[in-house]
Amino acid sequence: MHTVLSSATKTITIGDDQPFCIIGERINPTGRKKFQEQLRAGDYTAIEADVLAQVEGGATMLDVNMGAPMIDEPAALAAAVTLIQQITDLPLCIDSSVVEALEAGLSVYQGKALVNSITAETERMDLILPLVKKYGAAIIALPNDEFEIPEEPARRLELTKVIVDYATTKYGIPIEDIVIDPLAMPIGADSTMVVRTLETIRLIKEHVGVNMTLGASNVSFGMPDRHTLNAVFLPMAMTAGLTSAIMDSRTPQVVTAVRAADLMNGNDEWGANWIAAHRARQAAAAAAAAAE
Amino acid sequence: MTPDEILKNLYDETMVGNAPAVLDLTNEGLAIGMTPEQILFEALIPSLEEVGARFERGDYFVPEMLIAGRAMSGALEVLRPLLALTGVETVGTFLMGTVKGDVHDIGKNLVNIMLEGAGFHVIDIGVQAGPEKFIAGIEEHKPDIVGMSAFLTTTMPMFKANINAIEKAGLRDQVIIMVGGAPVTQEYADVCGADGYAADAATAVRRAKDLIAKRRASVNA
Repeated sequence: MHTVLSSATKTITIGDDQPFCIIGERINPTGRKKFQEQLRAGDYTAIEADVLAQVEGGATMLDVNMGAPMIDEPAALAAAVTLIQQITDLPLCIDSSVVEALEAGLSVYQGKALVNSITAETERMDLILPLVKKYGAAIIALPNDEFEIPEEPARRLELTKVIVDYATTKYGIPIEDIVIDPLAMPIGADSTMVVRTLETIRLIKEHVGVNMTLGASNVSFGMPDRHTLNAVFLPMAMTAGLTSAIMDSRTPQVVTAVRAADLMNGNDEWGANWIAAHRARQAAAAAAAAAE
Repeated sequence: MTPDEILKNLYDETMVGNAPAVLDLTNEGLAIGMTPEQILFEALIPSLEEVGARFERGDYFVPEMLIAGRAMSGALEVLRPLLALTGVETVGTFLMGTVKGDVHDIGKNLVNIMLEGAGFHVIDIGVQAGPEKFIAGIEEHKPDIVGMSAFLTTTMPMFKANINAIEKAGLRDQVIIMVGGAPVTQEYADVCGADGYAADAATAVRRAKDLIAKRRASVNA
């Protein structure tokens, strides 16, 4: 199954026969006090550095979230999307829990965006899926409902089916434009969390076959040496069937682990991407040495 | 073991989250005539305080905090009925819930564990707690503090809605209100009319204790 996304000039494909889709997570004010203050003052300059660092780090797409207290989120998201599309041609993932902000972001977006996100709550689906349809976007969906975030993989699969059925039947969203988030939770809070996520990925791959993405950095919350945990979790999840992640694309250790897993899983023919990345690092090192 | 040895071992074993040892030591202490207050206030609470301090410094991590809290909870199950008999004043009662529209509970549960560790009596009203549930909880349990958790920018406005409802029910003066969750900031807590905010579980406990001390001082003044 292929989920195709685009900017005005670039098209990318998510699929289990494609290199893993790295969605850079950085453009998000949660936990970034200074960034929040800047956004409240209408200052978007920090976004440019975040875009460049993530592009350089190897992101396939960028997530854009402007959710912070006391920010006019629709206006901020529209402004950020416009600005980012002037800086990079990577397709964007428009991320908000505010419906009006999603619409504002989608209305200025050039290309086919990924929308983040809906859950299995009917009320939310009825608000957001019409926008997804109207703008011809793709949608990330989380298999939780208004009662709980289910721990059991079987229940997550059940809710996945509910969402896919509802979106395709009621709103005519093509199944390939539905990307399920199998829910990554902190391993520090419960040692069985990742096992459950991996099992969910396997179940969804086997029974539904849609593309999947998740917030990979959640896994290492509250633990030391987060980069190593993220760098190990991702290849495990990829092998289970994960095809994308919203993740740290600025840390070489994490990105390199993902690209190595692409090679091992047969999604980098003749190691062409792996070798090209190696040459690029060599060239960068040589240029840095020459500059000294 | 002498009482001093039991206190020292309790402190050490709680800090490493050795639940069976903490339970055994608690029972042994009671058997040789130590009071539940002594066990709680001279060993368990100081140990969890140190766990919190280490967490805040970045020397302790989430799982270590969880198992230390769990070890203490086991001892508290033995001590709580005894403490109730002796009528010891608890550190405070804390009513906690994730607001309506929100089903996230990992952060809330972490804070609960640390609050229990500090000696609070914690009542968890779960996720998706609407104003009526908070009000019913206040009326039933008479908490010193009401804690509200939200993980989404779309559910944070429920803080204000809950606080308004609590005010309307005539209960606002009876409780301290604290808010928290990933997107929440001190500024937002101020704007929505909460009395306190903390960015993590260990800080939340400190803030809760400060706020109660301040409240009790002003009542007694």
